[in-house]
Amino acid sequence: MTAAAVYFDHNATTALDPRVLAAMLPALQIAQGNPTSRHSYGRSARHAIDHAREQVAAAVGAHPSQVIFTSGGTESDNFAIQGIAAAQTPAQLIVSSIEHPAVSRPAMALQGRGWKVASIRAGNDGKIQLDKLESALKQKTALVSVMMANNETGVLQDIPAIAGLARQHVALLHTDAVQALGKIALDFHASGVHAMSLSGHKIGGPQGVGALVIDKRVDLRPLLYGGGQEKGLRSGTENIAAIVGFGLACELAVRELEARSKHCRSLRERLETGLQSLGAVIFGREAERLPNTSFFAFPDIEGETLVMALDRKGYAVASGSACSSDSTEPSHVLMAMGIAPGIARGAVRVSFGHTNTGAEVDGLLAVLQEELSRMKRLAAIAV
Amino acid sequence: MSVNTPIYLDYSATTPVDPRVAEKMIPYLTEHFGNPASRSHVFGWTAEKAVETAREQVAALVNADPKEIVWTSGATESNNLAIKGAAHFYASSKGRHIITVATEHKAVIDPVRELERQGFEATFLEPEPNGLVNLEKFKAALRPDTVLASVMFVNNEIGVIQDIPAIGALCRANGTLFHVDAAQATGKVDIDLEKLPVDLMSFSAHKTYGPKGIGALYVRRKPRVRLEAQMHGGGHERGFRSGTLPTHQIVGMGEAFRIAREEMALENARIRRLRDKLWAGLSEIEEVYLNGDLKQRVPHNLNVSFNFVEGESLIMAVKDIAVSSGSACTSASLEPSYVLRALGRSDELAHSSIRFSIGRNTTEEEIDYTVALLKAKIGKLRELSPLWEMFQEGIDLNKVEWAAH
Repeated sequence: MTAAAVYFDHNATTALDPRVLAAMLPALQIAQGNPTSRHSYGRSARHAIDHAREQVAAAVGAHPSQVIFTSGGTESDNFAIQGIAAAQTPAQLIVSSIEHPAVSRPAMALQGRGWKVASIRAGNDGKIQLDKLESALKQKTALVSVMMANNETGVLQDIPAIAGLARQHVALLHTDAVQALGKIALDFHASGVHAMSLSGHKIGGPQGVGALVIDKRVDLRPLLYGGGQEKGLRSGTENIAAIVGFGLACELAVRELEARSKHCRSLRERLETGLQSLGAVIFGREAERLPNTSFFAFPDIEGETLVMALDRKGYAVASGSACSSDSTEPSHVLMAMGIAPGIARGAVRVSFGHTNTGAEVDGLLAVLQEELSRMKRLAAIAV
Repeated sequence: MSVNTPIYLDYSATTPVDPRVAEKMIPYLTEHFGNPASRSHVFGWTAEKAVETAREQVAALVNADPKEIVWTSGATESNNLAIKGAAHFYASSKGRHIITVATEHKAVIDPVRELERQGFEATFLEPEPNGLVNLEKFKAALRPDTVLASVMFVNNEIGVIQDIPAIGALCRANGTLFHVDAAQATGKVDIDLEKLPVDLMSFSAHKTYGPKGIGALYVRRKPRVRLEAQMHGGGHERGFRSGTLPTHQIVGMGEAFRIAREEMALENARIRRLRDKLWAGLSEIEEVYLNGDLKQRVPHNLNVSFNFVEGESLIMAVKDIAVSSGSACTSASLEPSYVLRALGRSDELAHSSIRFSIGRNTTEEEIDYTVALLKAKIGKLRELSPLWEMFQEGIDLNKVEWAAH
């Protein structure tokens, strides 16, 4: 492994904050009971979970009783969609066309159970078209799911407006806030959203833990049945170490939000100024975005190839999202935004963390410039 | 006597993470933090490599192909995936009848109940008084439309070991899929999935000195078993189970299972000696009953009922030892254990039972302390019990007419 590798892929996952590690280690190194056991080992584990639940709730403007711990963002999304659908007679589900597969795939799977799924297009700016949403809502709709912030473009959706439309048409609203947590301020209570998915490993917390924040009035069926943990809604022995880590990570992310987002935003501006002078197209630029995300492409330069070249030079970035970086299809998000496949194939994502520096950005720009001229020269020879 | 109280004797509820496991996990919580699905950089590749090594380690313990191991968030999820996933996939081709056993963990019983609500039919077989499934009764319960049977390898409350090879053979002959919850079995009994006629098997890390929050599901490839996924998304684990893989958890499970494979034989012999000592001591107390077959059980577990002692007072009295009455997952309720009731135990005996489960760190001193403690406390509690007095006077309590007030 290149010791000097610079990590610019924070939307894929983040390093554990050292303070979070310190909080987690006791749960890994000292005997921790099963939280359902009534002896003192169990009770101390129970206490740690209760505290973490309060931390998560406080970080997102919810009540602790609204927080259900899960194994991560994918489970939370599946839980929300399958769990809400199972409690209702099949009608219509509306999802945006730019959702993460952890939302779109469980929604599609429900089509086999009598549900109709409508997909709402996004504009070139990456925001979903509210008039299209409104007309889809004319059909009886049980649930709308629109992500708060997109993992590839970073574009933020107009959740208050969407919540207003959902309320008008008596539909529940779920939002995947996995990328939003720790980057923008969240207030579940004020948002009008009924269910919200969160993940630990995007905010300096551990992989393998997340939460579904849910309005208690929503009828929700479990996804995991068993021993009855989380008030019967999510069975399975609780992952104490991860939950403790998640709680602290949420607290730190919110406490340091302003400083971190300001820092990331300035790095992003520095990058995009450089990118523009190199001739890049920047996706979603006209919309409000997460402060740390830049999704761009160079005309006639294959994104995968560029990303590989950057890795060889010691820069870790992504083309499209990690979860689908296996395929060679252009990003479904860019397709949904109406971006031409040719330019979409060039897509590269840089996502900053608060530990990145201006010098690292300059380094990346220098390498990009080198690689671009090298690739153009090769292309010229190949003709 | 140098023991630290409370003495932990609840290994069946959960186990401490082995220090060697914790050590292996920490680098993946610090420098090697990459998302294993990130194909574009070395952070991701490093994480992916660790995941695949761990997969081989888990497969090695149970003699399976690594490709047959699917990571989940724990045995509860594995059970849900196996049961709901197989039932839904094969309902139209094999049928809608399911067989399981009344003494299964809730993580099997509740998904089966959910399937009943969805229109499947289920048979919950009663075990024999020794906790074992009767093979004739199992055979009789199999129908042409039985899609799936689920029988746990080792029972979490009473520690009995079911005859998985024989039950599996019956399922094979009937064209029925066979799922086995092996959460309590790994590291305690030999598991050879090349020989066992099992299609699906659930594993838990935190019962085998690994971390909580990670497990696996064995899904047979020869012949190939298909499942309807329960967690959809990025397509991880060949579509069986989407969601970012938690590298450090997986590394932990791999290491825990590697240690189990290497140390199982010696460790089980040591634990058997400790258990025998515990049982020898406890059986010196009058009116003490062992729950579950004495021979067909893992050496780690001893589930004992103490007659003429009130259950809640008993648990209060033995605060110096951390044990369970009923299984951990349901010990929040005051209902008598459904497992013990299924063995034919009365409510009173079920209530006044203790599950002792021994493990890697249990010492002989701790066993001696426990025996002495129980002898003292049982004696005291019985002094206070009018029922005990009557029993000692030779009164048959079943013949007494109790007056209502």
